[in-house]
Amino acid sequence: MKRFTSWRLFLLSALVTFLLSGCGEPYVSALKPAGEVAQKQYELILLSTAIMILVILVVTVLFVIVLIRFRRKDDRIPEQVEGNTKLEIIWTVIPIILLLILAIPTVKGTFALADMSGTDKEGAVVVNVRASLYWWEFEYPNEGIVTSQELVLPTDERIYFHVTASDVKHSFWIPALGGKLDTNPDNVNSFWLEIDSEAAEEAGNLFYGKCAELCGPSHALMDFKVRAVSREEYERWVEGMKAVTEPKEPETALAKKGQEVFNEKGCISCHAVTAANTAPAEARIGPNLTDFGERAFVAGILENNREEIKRWLRNPEKVKPANKMTGTYEPLTEEELEALAEYLMSLKVTE
Amino acid sequence: MSSYAQKRGFLATLWDYLTTVDHKKIAVLYLVAGGFFFVLGGIEAILIRVQLAVPNNDFLSADMFNQVMTMHGTTMIFFAAMPLLFALMNAVLPLQIGARDVAFPFVNALGFWMFFFGGIFLNLSWFLGGAPDAGWTSYASLSLASEGKRIDFYTLGIQISGFGTLMAGINFLVTIINMRTTGMTFMRMPMFTWTTFVASALILFAFPPLTISIFFLIFDRLFGSQFFNVEMGGNTIIWEHLFWIFGHPEVYILVLPAFGIFSEVISIFSRKRLFGYASMVFATVLIGFLGFMVWAHHMFTTGLGPIANAIFAVATMAIAVPTGIKIFNWLLTMWGGSIKLTTPMLYALGFIPSFVIGGVTGIMNAASMADYQYHDTYFVVGHFHYTILGGVVFAILAGLHLYWPKMFGTMLNETLGKITFWLFFIGFHLTFFVQHFLGLMGMPRRTYTFLEGQGLETGNMVSSIGAAFMAVGAIVLVINIIITSVKNQKVGNDPWEDGRTLEWSVSSPPPHYNFKQLPLVRGIDAYWIEKMEGRKEMTPAEPLGDIHMPNSSFIPFMISFGLFVAAFGAMYRPDYSWGLPVLVGGLVITFGSMLIRSLKDDHGHYIKKEELMDDSDKGVQA
Repeated sequence: MKRFTSWRLFLLSALVTFLLSGCGEPYVSALKPAGEVAQKQYELILLSTAIMILVILVVTVLFVIVLIRFRRKDDRIPEQVEGNTKLEIIWTVIPIILLLILAIPTVKGTFALADMSGTDKEGAVVVNVRASLYWWEFEYPNEGIVTSQELVLPTDERIYFHVTASDVKHSFWIPALGGKLDTNPDNVNSFWLEIDSEAAEEAGNLFYGKCAELCGPSHALMDFKVRAVSREEYERWVEGMKAVTEPKEPETALAKKGQEVFNEKGCISCHAVTAANTAPAEARIGPNLTDFGERAFVAGILENNREEIKRWLRNPEKVKPANKMTGTYEPLTEEELEALAEYLMSLKVTE
Repeated sequence: MSSYAQKRGFLATLWDYLTTVDHKKIAVLYLVAGGFFFVLGGIEAILIRVQLAVPNNDFLSADMFNQVMTMHGTTMIFFAAMPLLFALMNAVLPLQIGARDVAFPFVNALGFWMFFFGGIFLNLSWFLGGAPDAGWTSYASLSLASEGKRIDFYTLGIQISGFGTLMAGINFLVTIINMRTTGMTFMRMPMFTWTTFVASALILFAFPPLTISIFFLIFDRLFGSQFFNVEMGGNTIIWEHLFWIFGHPEVYILVLPAFGIFSEVISIFSRKRLFGYASMVFATVLIGFLGFMVWAHHMFTTGLGPIANAIFAVATMAIAVPTGIKIFNWLLTMWGGSIKLTTPMLYALGFIPSFVIGGVTGIMNAASMADYQYHDTYFVVGHFHYTILGGVVFAILAGLHLYWPKMFGTMLNETLGKITFWLFFIGFHLTFFVQHFLGLMGMPRRTYTFLEGQGLETGNMVSSIGAAFMAVGAIVLVINIIITSVKNQKVGNDPWEDGRTLEWSVSSPPPHYNFKQLPLVRGIDAYWIEKMEGRKEMTPAEPLGDIHMPNSSFIPFMISFGLFVAAFGAMYRPDYSWGLPVLVGGLVITFGSMLIRSLKDDHGHYIKKEELMDDSDKGVQA
């Protein structure tokens, strides 16, 4: 019996794998795992789905037989059966066994994913995530730098996250890399993720991250991105970030004008263009823009190009309703927008 | 002249319903009010699916979407599913145990009016500055940050109706414990009575935590307390705990009565007694008990740590065992039976595979490590709609068709009923099955839109098409009700011909006093036993005598109305000087009405033996 069951389980999981593969885009789907954590979770999803399909099959077979065989044909009164102890024991015990098969890997995995023992190791990548309406800040405490909206992470090693929120609850989720963790305003939650370099390549080395806890009108648009890079590239990025201790001097005249707009219109009072994490978190009220020119997206959702930057700055309310930037600055002229876009696109650290 | 007479007739009827304490009329009130809110919640659901049919849609603004989404969930749980179940419980339960009414008819009416005014209060928010927008769970950090009066409509509305629910639960408990007729032992009670009994016990224990957490939120928002304000030392996670200590048992408060209805339906239309009755009772009680042990599976990603997560994961899985027992018992009830495919039976048959899917995805959710992926995504949305729609709403629709003759004395049209079922069944699976995949493909729940290029387009479109099927199904149901009511063809005691329990032994609808003489129960399925022995009616357990019945009263309406007024006062007190007097005035109405109730003797009235003898048997005009 037991062997029969496991044989069926195997067949089912093969079937399930086949059905689930090809579901969703590799950069945003939990069904296309791209790291150790997502992989573990994916395997548990497969196992549970297989067990559950088995249950559904058994019920369906009984159900169909009942429907075909026992339809009313005449006016007979069927025998009034009270019950059957043997049967009732069987359908109590078998589910318990199935649940045990599921419970063991669940408990094991739950503890494995909470293992934060590597945090303090030399050279470990630690990221403090702070969620705010509707953007994300990523502080690398060991490197002493801050970035926003786009995480840069090395592949093939564990990354340790400490997540919190500065206003309301949000939830930090990168579907292809692993399950989510709530960012509470009350406390700091911790977990780890890992990116597999081969899977990352398939996904174009850019993963989509999302807010998974209702946080207000633009909850749906509170996206961020994860740039998966090799260890060397990651270190180069860190060095580049660290090197920006003073706001970078723009090269073109237009960009220079953009910088003036940036300073005069008050953008700089919320948006830092240097990477150091010296200011306290409460003072960092808008996304850090130090490497803005290298990010793939504007505001987490628009493609990063001149037109989209201008569209965002012209009227952010239209792009992200109820965001906190709307109305904090005087309307910008087309010239100023052009200059600002040029300036922002020039903010790069690895070139 | 005739219009004057009609008008008086209408007003008299209205007054009759405003003051009634008769469980059968209160059932009608619950049905009408619950049905109204069900339509509202349904319209909100359709708006949601229209908005999400295509990416980047601007049919609803982000802010409006959050209001619609919040109101859909809140309305469906608190103001549609629960009152509709209460409608069926009120209509049938006293009949099933051979009682003339519930234990506290006055409280029964009070419970209804509390629910009703709570629901009206909540929905007035649409016209007074916007509806609640923090989700039906109203998590503390967001609900504190929400501006205007929106969340206050939620807290005060839920609070008022919650009192009503608590009263209803206690009332059913006392009724079942004390009012069973001779021979109706606990282990002879019909399954719907049993599930109502356990669900009522759950209400008794689950609603106080909700009341407390809602009070905390009311105080935080209106009176400057700091229970959930992190900056002042408050804690938002406490809200999550309190809410789900209520919220998870709430799921079983809804689904256990649904199980009860299906047990009746399957047994009736298979012409067989319920297979494994004792284990069904045991499973019901066990589900009710375990229902309180698993709330933190809604909080796997809150950061409680691996120990709590592992414990709650395993505890949650345990619930699958008694639920599985029930499913197999239903299948074995049908096995060897004589199945007649009536509309209620179709719903029961549709329920089994649908609920099994909802149940197994529940087990998948219970696997904490995997749930980190499912949590707060469309996977969860798919899962709980399979349980609540495939379980509870199917049960309500089955119960509605089954008991319509008992409530109104006329049968709903079977053809239209079956059309409704198929539209609903197909639409339901189209809408929600694909949502499991949407969630795993990276779509969080409660999002007002989704962006292109993430592979979410097809699934969302399919889901929206499914919703349209259900909408058409609901319209057919309404047409069916109208046609049936206009035709109004009266039926006899046992219109389905296979009735097994006491409610089918009395006329449809039953007389005001239900039973001229309380019946004697000789076993499970009491009426079936008598039928099988060739008798047409129950053996009486008492001689014919005067029947004591309660008087109608307008006081329940006034008590509830006072709270409704007071809620407006409490809400506008921080902004307007008239707020405080209105708050006090409302409370004066409530407590004054209670005082009158306490001081004024009301001994009810007697229906004289002679009158009862005059009524020709079962020809009683209802």
